[in-house]
This record gives sequence, structure tokens and C-alpha cells, in this order.
Amino acid sequence: MTATLSPASTAAPPPPRTRKIAGVGERLSAYAYIAPFFVIFGVFGLFPFAFTFYVALFDWNPIGDQVFIGFDNFTRMFGDPRFWNAAGNTVSIWALSTVPQLLLALVLANVLNHARLRFALFFRMSVLVPYITSVAATAIVFVQLFDRDYGLFNWLLGLVGVEPIDFVQSTWGSHLLIATMVMWRWFGYTTLLYLASLQSVPRSVFEAAAIDGAGPWQRFRHITVPALRPVIIFTVVTSTIGGLQIFTEPLLIATGAPLTCGAVRQCQTLTLFLYEQGFGQFEFGYGSAVGVALFVMVVVIAALNYLLSTRIKADR
Amino acid sequence: MTTTTAPRRRRLDRVRWWTYLLLGVATVVCLFPLYWMFIVATSDTATATRMPPEVVPGGNFLHLAGLVMDTVPFVQSLLNSLVVATSIGIGQAVLCALAGFAFAKLRFPGRNALFLVVVLTMTVPTQLSVIPQYLIMSELGWVDTLQALVVPGLASAFGIFWMRQHISATISDELMQAARIDGASTGQVFWRIAFPIVRPAAFVLGLFGFVTAWNDFLWPFIVLKSPERYTAQIAIKALQNSYDVDLGLAMSGSFLATIPLVVLFVLVGRRMVAGILEGAFKG
Repeated sequence: MTATLSPASTAAPPPPRTRKIAGVGERLSAYAYIAPFFVIFGVFGLFPFAFTFYVALFDWNPIGDQVFIGFDNFTRMFGDPRFWNAAGNTVSIWALSTVPQLLLALVLANVLNHARLRFALFFRMSVLVPYITSVAATAIVFVQLFDRDYGLFNWLLGLVGVEPIDFVQSTWGSHLLIATMVMWRWFGYTTLLYLASLQSVPRSVFEAAAIDGAGPWQRFRHITVPALRPVIIFTVVTSTIGGLQIFTEPLLIATGAPLTCGAVRQCQTLTLFLYEQGFGQFEFGYGSAVGVALFVMVVVIAALNYLLSTRIKADR
Repeated sequence: MTTTTAPRRRRLDRVRWWTYLLLGVATVVCLFPLYWMFIVATSDTATATRMPPEVVPGGNFLHLAGLVMDTVPFVQSLLNSLVVATSIGIGQAVLCALAGFAFAKLRFPGRNALFLVVVLTMTVPTQLSVIPQYLIMSELGWVDTLQALVVPGLASAFGIFWMRQHISATISDELMQAARIDGASTGQVFWRIAFPIVRPAAFVLGLFGFVTAWNDFLWPFIVLKSPERYTAQIAIKALQNSYDVDLGLAMSGSFLATIPLVVLFVLVGRRMVAGILEGAFKG
């Protein structure tokens, strides 16, 4: 037994039969351990993804016929003002929620990174509370807070003499309301991601800069922001992909016409439009075409981001 | 030298009052909506709609909770959420640890290529293919069942990636070899040696899986049809449709569906924070 532990005898061939069996056993176990992922992803991820492109070529009624119509769904989509309306709403809500969220997270992460901050764990946990709150519950409470007649926010506005705003029924109001919910839910999470990156910058770098006379703003501009560049790019991409998939908030805020998010589709997003066509109108083909369009947007954004980040690297 | 640097260092280290003001405001913004949910969930309609608003809880909680239970099978929906989220949390922790272990420590043909495939699958936006996913579920006869929610959620490319990192970093090849020489099979090495070491990492992964599954909306909304199969989130939507019963109904349901997660967060939230700060969810 003791002899087998020395390196020399491990190199010496053990009985060939047992070695071969052990090797085969290890391989078989390895494939068995990774198989569940590939089976599940194949059946419920990759296959439906590829199948979307196929269904999009049909006039596909789930309780009726499936007729091949080539690219008609796409031609129809490009001429459909409801599609462009949803695309515009999606971009508007995305911009309203992402830009302030990332800026706020940048500031908060910088503040939370302070070495002598008291109650640091309390603050870090507090900003993550919105993340564990479901989107559905968030939507219910925010609609109430921003209600035209009984909402706390409009009451506060009233105290300073501002007329009540009907957030749900107006285009800008509904976009702002949804963006506020998205921002509320994610800014703490983004803050912690930035903080994780910031903590990898040695304190001595900040101290050395301070000794050399750099003020807080200069330290922020020349140390914090460059150190965070990769994670900032990452959060821009993830929040964009997330932004394209906003669904629950618009579905829940306009109680009168949920599938269109209001009578004039003022806050219908692309994913909600996909749902309306697929599961409201039972047009699986047309809904899938919208899915393909969303996928193309994700690819374009990812490619733009790749170009942008390589250019930033080249500039440095 | 030291006399000039000392005051500067102190100035850098001091936390200014506005730092606490800023963090205090952020904390209030994060916590107030939950508090407000509680206020409305305990007030009657007349109080909830009074101006200026009440900011203290009322005594109407049990009445509203009773109305919630009468309108939808809410206890059942909480149980459904618990079953789905727990299965996904445990399943992800175990399956990702197993696959991460295979990729980190076992030798087999195609290992690197298959791992690259796992990483690449993270870029496929599967959320956008809900229509074909629904078609598959109806082929399988899984529409309106809880396994339609659980089974697709068990696989997580990110989880495999993350567990592989942890296993590579914490389990040495010497340890593997020693266990082998003592005659342990691959399965024994995993369950007796590797998994106990990376259990904290697997726990955090499972925790995030649990929270995401508990809060998921779009897919359960598509696939669940009958009220006794609803998860808590879909029950909230059903309560919102019954606003004619009582305005506070959806709020009360939201509150009841959020309490379990708040309790969980108070107990283990610091591990979620630590998980993010370790760089876990940077992707």
C-alpha cells in the first residue's frame, strides 16, 4: 500500500486489466454526468430555437391547419404598424431604464466600496431586496403607487401643485412607469456587480492617486471607470437582451387591455406583441416571425457591442 | 514625508455624511414598496384610497387574506411555487456540480469541445422561442403540469461553468489521485469528496435558481391553465383580474407571495450578496 503512493510506482504500470476498466468507467461516468444538460438543453432550448425559424414560415394555427407560406409572415410584419409601434416602445423603455440605472449603479458601487463604511452588509443586502421581489408583485405595487387618483406619488406631486399624471394611460407615462419598475428591480444587482469589479482594484491605487493630488472626481474618472469597463459593457449587453424581453410589467399595468398594454397599444413591447399574436390570436407562425425578429436584434446588438469593445481596446 | 501624507490619507478614508444620506435614500427606495405592499394588504379599500395616504398598517390583513383564498386556491399556488422552485434549486445545484466535476476533473474524449458547446449555449436566447416550446410541451402532454416548469429549468450552462471554476480551484489532482488509489469509484469521489467541498458554491447556485424560478412569470403564464396548477405569480395575475372583489386583493396576494422570499433573504441573503461579489454572476 505505502509503495503505491510513491511517484515512481504510480508511473509503473498497474495490472493492465484493472487500469483499462477504471478508464472506461471514468469515461462512462463523465458522459453520464454531462448528459442531463445536453438532453435538456437540446429538447427544451436548442430544438425550439431552431424550430422557431421553421414555424415562422407557416400560417400555423395550433387548433387548425399548418400551411406553408414562405416569407409572407415577414413581409406582413414589416408592413405591420403594430410591430413597429411595439419595437419603438421596447427601445424607448429600454433606454429610459438602462441609462439611469447604470449611472446610478456606478455611483452607488463607488460609494459602497469605501473601506470604512459602516453597516456595509446592511446596505448591500438592502439594494438586493428588489431583485428577490417578483416582477408581478412589483408591477402590482407600482401601479398602485403611481395611480392617477389614489397613488402616493401623484399625491406628493399635488403637494407641490403639479396636476396628477395618468401614468398608465399616456405613452410617456406608461414607458416611464415600466422603466421605473425595471430600474428598481435591477439597479441594486448591477451595483453589486460593479462593486465586485471595484474590489479587485487595490486600495493602494486609490491612495497613491490621492497622495498625488487626485480629487474624488478624478479618481472616479481615471481609476474607477476604466477598471469597470469590462463589467459595464457586460451589463449593457445583458440589460439590452433583458430589455428586449420585457413582458410582465406591461401585461400587468394596463388592467383594461392587458395583451396590448392599453387601448392604443401605448406600452405594448415586442415580447408582449409576440404573446398577443401567438397565444391571444393563435397565430403561431406570425408570433414566431416576431421571435425571429427579436433574435436578429439580439445578434445585431451583440455584434455592435463586440465592434465597440474591440475599438475601445484599440484606442487604449 | 509622513507628516504630509498622513492627513491626506485620513481625508480619503473618511466617510462623508452625504455618503450615508445617499445610501439611506437608496435603502428607503428599495424597501418602501414592500412596506407599502404591507400597508395596503392590511387596510380596507376606504383607507387605502384615502388622501393623504395612511402610512401605518391597518387591521384588515386576515379579512383580505381570506378573500384571497376564496378567489383563487392561493395556498395551493404557494405550494406549487415551493415545489417548482425547490426542485429547480436542488436540481441545478446537483446537476451542475456533477457536470462541472466531469469537466474539471475527469478525462474523456471531446471534453474541451463539449465544454465549449456548453459555454456557447449561453448565447442562445431561448426565451424568444416560447411558441415552439409550447408545441413541444403539448406533444409531451405536459401542458398544465408542473414538470413543464421544472424540467427545462434543471439545466443551466452558467451553473456548469461556475461549478467547474469552483471545482478546479478547490479540488487538487493529488486529492483525486489519493482517493482513486484508495479504491474509490468516480461516483464515490464525487459524492464523498468533491461535492462536500463545493457545497457552499452549489448552495448559492441553487439559491439563485430558487429565486428565479419562484419569480418566473412568462413561461408559467403560457403553460399553466387550471387555477389549482397556478404558481403564486400566476395567482397574483388572477387576483388582479378580480379587482371588482376588492382593490386590495392583488396587493394582498403579492404580499403573501413575497413573504417567503423575504424570510429566505433575511436568513441567507448575505450568501447571495457574497455570491455576486465573488464575481459569480458576471458571466
